[in-house]
Amino acid sequence: MQRREARLAWAMLAPTFLIVLAIVLFPLVANFWISVKPVGLADLRPPAILVNERLRGRPKEPGDQATIEYRLRNSSQDEEIRSAQLAATLPPGFTPAGAPESCSLNSGEIACKFGTIPPRWRENVRLEGTVDAEFLKLDDPLDAYPAETSGEADNILTSFEFTLENFRRVFSGAEFWSVLRVTIYYTVFGTGGALVLGLFAAQLMNESFKGRGFLRGLFLFPYVAPVIAVAFTWVVLFDPFSGMLNALLTRMGVVGEPINFFGARSIPITLFGLTFEFPLALSTVIAFEAWRYFPLSFLFILARMQSLSSDLYEAAEMDGATPLQQFWYISLPQLVGILSILFLLRFIWTFNKFDDIFLLTGGAAGTRTLTVDVYEQGFALSNLGAGAAVAVVVFVLLVTFATLFIRFSPKEEGL
Amino acid sequence: MSIRTGYAAAILIGALWGALFIVVTGVLFTLVTGTVSAPPAGAAALAGIVGALVLVTAKAENRTRTRKLIAGLAVLLTLGLFTFMSPFGLPLDRNPLWQLFALVLFVASVAFASERCLADIPRGPINRYQSELVFIRATKGIGFAVFTIIVALPFYVMVMTSLKSQQALLANPLDLSIDLSQGVDSLFRSYVELFTQFNFGRYLLVSAIVSVGTVLITLSFSVPGAYAVSRLRFKGRDFLARSVLLIYMVPAIVLVIPLYAVFSQLGLRNSLTGLLIVYPATTIPVALYMLQGYFRGLPAELEEAGLMDGLTRLGVILKITLPLSLPALASVSLYVFMIAWNEFLFAYMFLDDPAIFTLSRGIVSLNSSEVPRQHLMAGAVVATVPVLVIFLWFERFLVQGLTAGSVKG
Repeated sequence: MQRREARLAWAMLAPTFLIVLAIVLFPLVANFWISVKPVGLADLRPPAILVNERLRGRPKEPGDQATIEYRLRNSSQDEEIRSAQLAATLPPGFTPAGAPESCSLNSGEIACKFGTIPPRWRENVRLEGTVDAEFLKLDDPLDAYPAETSGEADNILTSFEFTLENFRRVFSGAEFWSVLRVTIYYTVFGTGGALVLGLFAAQLMNESFKGRGFLRGLFLFPYVAPVIAVAFTWVVLFDPFSGMLNALLTRMGVVGEPINFFGARSIPITLFGLTFEFPLALSTVIAFEAWRYFPLSFLFILARMQSLSSDLYEAAEMDGATPLQQFWYISLPQLVGILSILFLLRFIWTFNKFDDIFLLTGGAAGTRTLTVDVYEQGFALSNLGAGAAVAVVVFVLLVTFATLFIRFSPKEEGL
Repeated sequence: MSIRTGYAAAILIGALWGALFIVVTGVLFTLVTGTVSAPPAGAAALAGIVGALVLVTAKAENRTRTRKLIAGLAVLLTLGLFTFMSPFGLPLDRNPLWQLFALVLFVASVAFASERCLADIPRGPINRYQSELVFIRATKGIGFAVFTIIVALPFYVMVMTSLKSQQALLANPLDLSIDLSQGVDSLFRSYVELFTQFNFGRYLLVSAIVSVGTVLITLSFSVPGAYAVSRLRFKGRDFLARSVLLIYMVPAIVLVIPLYAVFSQLGLRNSLTGLLIVYPATTIPVALYMLQGYFRGLPAELEEAGLMDGLTRLGVILKITLPLSLPALASVSLYVFMIAWNEFLFAYMFLDDPAIFTLSRGIVSLNSSEVPRQHLMAGAVVATVPVLVIFLWFERFLVQGLTAGSVKG
């Protein structure tokens, strides 16, 4: 009975396992594989023999000479193709004079074998012959009978050719360390900002007043709206030339020149006589992150606060504890659990975040994080292997963070 | 004499609200009318102080409606006096109606906020409790103002920009008013053009198909899985229930290169089938987690009775468990729908063919220098409205679902 139940359970879980295995776990492993292979975006199309057919000589009368030419080439710049073959049906009414080299003719068909062909190989196969009336009637005799080619080539993805070049490239680039630093800033401040804003918003909403339901709904907007919509709205809002915010600031005389919030790597700020470079674009992106994700922490913290019993507060009130003391000594200690869980989750999700920065700045102006770097290396520079190598770095760091968190986080209620 | 008195609190509070609300109403006035205002923060702070002092001099029980009205008048008079009758740094005859409206809003906000902050605060010496109370009330007031503005402003800008013309936008980026005199056709021109020239009808349809498809596939995978995890006994059950969430920690960007490579070779990349495989794979784990939590809460006795009466397991699930868990199914479905609708990364990476663009992918193609900004914002509105409507309609469901099952960001 028990065994039957277990078997049933596994059967019911099997579809989930399969799809997670195929779409999540397999790619995780495959990513390691790709990271040690010299793969470019172009290599995804396997090497093939491309063929182009032409009719030479202009036959007008039956019995005229004509040449069918097959121009062949290896599509790959660096891969050979084994057992390369060409096969084509000859158009009706074409009588070949003889078989070209390495080809054979057989009842209206031509078949050629080229053996192993090197990279960048080119060859023209010319088939001479005469035509008759039937051939001349056809509008485009060669189009109706396309030639086919075949061959075997190593697929770079499945071959056993490995390289450490990708990792060497990733780590030796001077940019890597700045990318790593930007990622840490973005993750820490984005997470912290979202948590602080969420905690603040939850404090505001933790009492009943008119319009509370409306405000709560409004506060969740940034989180539920599509990232593409809110990101572009921010870009439009902060635009230095046609953006509302800059127009407001300049016309009200707050700043002299429009500020390019998403385009300026840094602006000098003078404070107490000291001038330092303020990383503007990165800060704006972090502000976006905090703005977009504070609703999540807000919801969780509010839910937790509403489940706290009011006894403690009443007792504290009796004892004359001030509001700030109540918050500091009663509320906050009871929120530590949910705050640390939220910090963990948001830290990891912010670290993983790609869409936001990609849409806001495309990784320009000192905002390139590791995840954007994956895209940059893999797709913008068409080097899948290097992209995968950065993705490996992302994954390794992620596992490290997660282990550290699980090790040192307080054991509180689960999610 | 101690400096900690109701008067001191009133001065601080009045200055704060005066300065804050003059800037807020001034900016609002500018956004609505397009006329640039120069809010005089100093004079407004002074006006706020006078109003707050008028309030605080009265004993708590004497702060009647009349007293508040007097305070409001005091604010108005002081502001008028110190700005030489141009409360927003503008002559009064420019947009007089809107100026009047902004002025009333300013006075009412200052009076209301000061009154709320100083409620039960005497004019004389106050203790630490009372001063902290004032501080916290003021902080909360600022919080409400700031949060409402930072959340609502981008959405307001998004909608208003989509209704403007290119010339109007370039001429005055501050003018976010709606010019109703131009007629409905020209007001909604960007939307009409999106649907006629930019193929947005098709994108909308594709997004709907992909999202609904993802919901159906996710449910058909996760319902049996969640049932197994919550009701059947087998080895490794608890481990499984927990590790399901680990899948959620895996970054999509790590999966994208291998999936891109493999899907390219299988011919799945530039196809909706590809998306309908990837999207459910990312949503099934969380759907399973949310559902199993709910299933656990259902009384097992009902199902056991069903089994006794000769129902099969499948019969039990279909006739007892699922009807009982309709609320959970609804919230999971909506939640998965929103994830699929909002998804950007895979749609962007996989789809090349404009005939099968989802909305997210379609909007990215609007982000070029050749397409005017109002089209981009109209696209953003088109993508946002369905999600927000669903969200507002089912808010209760969704909020429960979000907090119960935790959410991907």
